[in-house]
Amino acid sequence: MRRIISVLMENAPGALSRIVGVFSQRGFNVDSLCVAPTYDESLSRLTIITQGDDKVIEQITKQVNKLIDVLKIAELTEGPHIERELMLIKVGTKTELSRAEVKRNVDIFRARILDVNANNYTIEITGTSDKLCAFGDVMSQCGDIIESARTGVCGLARGDKALRP
Amino acid sequence: MKMMSGAAMVVEALKEVGVTHLFGYPGGAVLDIYDALHAQDEIKHVLVRHEQAAAHMADGYARATGKTGAVLVTSGPGATNTITGIATAFMDSIPMVILSGQVPSMHIGEDAFQECDMVGISRPVVKHSFLVKKAEDIPMAIAKAFYIANSGRPGPVVVDLPKDIVNVQDSHPYVFPDDVTMRSYNPTLKGHNKQIKKAVASMLKAQRPVLYVGGGSIVAEAAAYVTQLAELLQAPVCSTLMGLGAFSSVHPQFVGMLGMHGTLEANKTMHNSDCIIALGSRFDDRVTNNVDKFCPYADIIHVDIDPASISKIVNAHIPVVGSVDKVVLQMLDLLADADFTHQEQQLADWWQQIEEWRRKKCLQFDQSTQVIKPQRVIQSLYEHTKGDAYVSSDVGQHQMFAALYYPFAKPRRWINSGGLGTMGFGLPAAMGVQFAYPDAVSVVVTGDGSIQMNIQELSTCLQYGLPIKIISLNNRALGMVRQWQDMNYKGRHSCSYMESMPDFVKLAEAYGHTGIKVDHLDDLEDAMARCFATPGLVFMDIMVDQDEHVYPMQIKYGSMDDLLLSKTERT
Repeated sequence: MRRIISVLMENAPGALSRIVGVFSQRGFNVDSLCVAPTYDESLSRLTIITQGDDKVIEQITKQVNKLIDVLKIAELTEGPHIERELMLIKVGTKTELSRAEVKRNVDIFRARILDVNANNYTIEITGTSDKLCAFGDVMSQCGDIIESARTGVCGLARGDKALRP
Repeated sequence: MKMMSGAAMVVEALKEVGVTHLFGYPGGAVLDIYDALHAQDEIKHVLVRHEQAAAHMADGYARATGKTGAVLVTSGPGATNTITGIATAFMDSIPMVILSGQVPSMHIGEDAFQECDMVGISRPVVKHSFLVKKAEDIPMAIAKAFYIANSGRPGPVVVDLPKDIVNVQDSHPYVFPDDVTMRSYNPTLKGHNKQIKKAVASMLKAQRPVLYVGGGSIVAEAAAYVTQLAELLQAPVCSTLMGLGAFSSVHPQFVGMLGMHGTLEANKTMHNSDCIIALGSRFDDRVTNNVDKFCPYADIIHVDIDPASISKIVNAHIPVVGSVDKVVLQMLDLLADADFTHQEQQLADWWQQIEEWRRKKCLQFDQSTQVIKPQRVIQSLYEHTKGDAYVSSDVGQHQMFAALYYPFAKPRRWINSGGLGTMGFGLPAAMGVQFAYPDAVSVVVTGDGSIQMNIQELSTCLQYGLPIKIISLNNRALGMVRQWQDMNYKGRHSCSYMESMPDFVKLAEAYGHTGIKVDHLDDLEDAMARCFATPGLVFMDIMVDQDEHVYPMQIKYGSMDDLLLSKTERT
């Protein structure tokens, strides 16, 4: 089962490698990892997408929480939450028809074209991972995907719930 | 504000945190620190012969005292040589701080001479690590390292010190922190009251309770409380390999070590219990055997300071996060009002059953033969040391024989590598013990395989005049490997036989010590007496039965109490 785990940790050298280490050492999966300093720059926030049953997730959260640099950890998928991921995708458009199709689908998906060239568009799209995948599928049908980059999921709990020091 | 060099800061900060012994080996990257050490005599530096042994010595020192062991090594190979020692300490939750030299900051990442990413290579086997970037940060890093190492669930901490920040020429302001608390690190010590209440209710209701005591009870200095709890409940107590001594092995309620080579009565008691009170133990695979068949009738109360240990292997019905001493004290407080008048009656059937298991005398061994049985040697050692020695052990059959046949009445007397199972641990660990307690009897129980993994430390023993007694159970083979090959590989002894054994007596003598060889059972008692009457280090090379196996032994994939009791008997 897909889970989103959010970690608040000291923005200290080596902290990220320790977290990643726990995952590889203990045989946990990482589907995606998104990390950056928070508004309070002494802290970093990590969002990890992983797979596992309740027992595995309990172990992951406990083992990560044990790291000295980690302040808080929460599983977002446990409750209502918002998740977003950003993708940049470069699509080759050889024909006029293909250019029109891409442009039309960009509008439908509420994506944005960031860069225009004679032979390709570079597009930004934000949303849930599923939406990004769906958009990718459509783009592959109406153009040639030259390259793409995704940020990995980041998320917050809905309502008053928050991960604070 | 005091001004001093980075090297002086290291030494000053070590004094500040109470380091008495520093086990180490010099080299290029730490020469400045060694120079600063030279200028003082508060901290005793112990020059080892191999850095792995330095880590084991600090480990032995820490296990015997509860204080944090300290190690100083140079960069590159000096640092990597400590890794086995660090991993050993990590697996057994032993407080240790390893100061490693590092190449100068500006050369980090250049593959400089004797460069190694120590923080990286040690990461999976440390509780935490620091790469110190500025001299001013040295006191804080050392203060935090010692705090982290010996609080919560203890463990090793690495402090990596680049050469440029410890050079003796530059001066920097030295400020030792008053406070090292960290917002991200607050171990839970006291148990949750609601959980304690549930646990106590479950204990009182139990018809077949058992205490399952582990190393956490020793770490938390909880022996007295554990004993009180056991006596109040009148419950049987079994111990893990790491917990031996937390509850006296000569106490009438003690049913023995449990697990793979545990006693019949301990494993039977666990398997049939209706309430397991786990105190600082972690349901290791060497305890549980097949987890699916583990203790089917029991409510499990699991007390551990590390939340990650709870319900990791076996689901706990009543988890209690906290330090064993604090939690058991909370339990005792609640039990103060309980009515125990019918307790004896409530557990009467249980004890009757346990006595029946005890009558099987699972630790009996063949005493009719003239071949020296390893079990007999341990019994003799027990008699000659009046059961009051610090016994350090290596890893293998001799380790199990020592654990089973030397009853430990006090905590911190049994020093062995339980988690990692590190051969070569015994001698240096016993040395660490002897440095901590110069007047105590420090014994190593070892074998002809293990002792050769750190035998160079015999030289260190001479340098510091350590009167260690080495009891080597020489079976001319890697005994435990051979046992498994006998049992699981139809007796094909692949590479478990040593064809060129040294003359250990001569070897001991070459290192400046006394060596005694024992070939005949009739000589054993005299030789043992001579060993303890002879001043200084004595190496006892005792020729024991090569074909002896350790029993009881759990049968693979079975439940805890599926045991082989001898080569021909099983439960």
